[in-house]
Amino acid sequence: MVQGAVANTQYNYEIVKKFAIMSLVWGVFGMSGGVYIAAELAFPFLNFDIAQITFGRLRPVHTSLVIFGFGGNALFATSYYVVQRTCQTPLASNWMAGLTFWGWQAVLFLGVLSYMNGIVDSSKEYAEFPWYLDILIAIVWIAYFAVFLLTLLRRSQPHIYVANWFYLAFILATAILHIFRNLSVPVGLFHPDSYSVYAGVQDAMVQWWYGHNSVGFFLTAAFLGMMYYFVPKQAGRPIYSYRLSIIHFWALSFMYMWVGGHHLHWTALPDWASSLAAAFSIMLLMPSWGGMINGIMTLSGAWDKLRTDPIMLFMITALSFYGMSTFEGPMMSLKSVNALSHYTDWTIGHVHSGALGWVAMITFGSLYHMMPRLWETRLYSTKLVYVHFWLATIGIVLYISAMWVSGIGQGLMLRAFDQYGNLAYTFIETVSFMHLPLVVRMVGGMLFVSGLLLMCFNIYMTIRHAKHEQKAIEEAQLAAKLARAGV
Amino acid sequence: MFEWLSNMENTKPLALVIFFISYVGIVWYVVANRKRSQRLESYKNIPFQEDDALKTQDKVEKNG
Repeated sequence: MVQGAVANTQYNYEIVKKFAIMSLVWGVFGMSGGVYIAAELAFPFLNFDIAQITFGRLRPVHTSLVIFGFGGNALFATSYYVVQRTCQTPLASNWMAGLTFWGWQAVLFLGVLSYMNGIVDSSKEYAEFPWYLDILIAIVWIAYFAVFLLTLLRRSQPHIYVANWFYLAFILATAILHIFRNLSVPVGLFHPDSYSVYAGVQDAMVQWWYGHNSVGFFLTAAFLGMMYYFVPKQAGRPIYSYRLSIIHFWALSFMYMWVGGHHLHWTALPDWASSLAAAFSIMLLMPSWGGMINGIMTLSGAWDKLRTDPIMLFMITALSFYGMSTFEGPMMSLKSVNALSHYTDWTIGHVHSGALGWVAMITFGSLYHMMPRLWETRLYSTKLVYVHFWLATIGIVLYISAMWVSGIGQGLMLRAFDQYGNLAYTFIETVSFMHLPLVVRMVGGMLFVSGLLLMCFNIYMTIRHAKHEQKAIEEAQLAAKLARAGV
Repeated sequence: MFEWLSNMENTKPLALVIFFISYVGIVWYVVANRKRSQRLESYKNIPFQEDDALKTQDKVEKNG
């Protein structure tokens, strides 16, 4: 035990601090970008005829910054924090951890520049980086894998806590997905374009094998790792069932890889492949809900914490959204439902119920728990956390409801026929119908970003206070030393 | 044998059977034995052991 405590003083928290701060910074840019393009869809004049800020250019900026900037930095931060604390050993290599930090920020910065200047590999959704940045990502990821694995190998704790299993699965799966999705032949050594090695429907299949497993392993498994550590810590009680967490892990790992084909219903993909994907999507409901129940039941017997602890509110609401979106996803993977929902705003609503409700909320909760501890202080204002929580929750509800109305309405209108078999509505009529929900979505997004800005202020003040406290302690120690010396 | 394995139509269902049996085996391993179950459940306290470790260190430091 004491050995662990001694090691604690040597933990590398500097790298955790850097990643945590950059998570918030990229989060502000990425989510503000999202609000701006939402506004562009409602009010197209906001393009201002400037190519760099049109929807097509800013959309990958938004998705890359929120997934890889906000989410990715939060995962680096929390995984480095959790692996050190649960293994009771410092990181295996500080310079390699530093490489992951600077490499990752370089990828994001150069990616944004590329996208805004029209250098976008647009056939690869969520992997739009040009080929040379793909190579840089691969280098960063190998370093990440090495740091994490070597830290696990030198642990003082005999057992590897389950949160680390989820993090490791995320690191491994992301490496495989990234490498195989981005296998391509560059046009030239100094040319940003490249051709995918896959052709036609195979390229589409590989795309959604990559795309959905990025959801599965980057946006789900990794954040479950976060959940399995921070929910018990914040609740002050261990996870409800450790055995359920093991079954949850293996069931997710076995099933997720099969479901990507449900993005390609009613396409050139063979029918059996998309049916198989739908079947696995339905089965995936069980482990997903098993994990959700495991997280929520951790509070069993201590529900009163929800009345007094806004960080716990963030975490339990995140788990509720996880449950809701993992119900909605399998439902939308059914071919009959998908015929209505696909190519409509319903899909955008579903993605955001997972991204904002689950990913962002569990990240906010975890960062609120972790950041004051990193700076060895208390949070500046709990009231602001409450305000943030309600801004985020109301924002999400507005967003999702608006997208349900917009998407289902759009789907119904596009499929409606008159008595002669002609389309009942013109395309522009569907656009006109969607205007109001698009405005409501924009307002929902604004509320969500306002909450994030409040969080940034709260964290900034927390760090500032911590520095003042540290300075006061140092001055007091110096004064005591001088008094003892009789000066 | 190698020829049989090199045919994807054989290896795909074989892989499915292997994965399925592995998964059933994991579930059986996790829930079947009471002693093992207790041991597995004890791991849920790992995130709190770091706090215990710090308290112990504090005591050691205070007592000199």
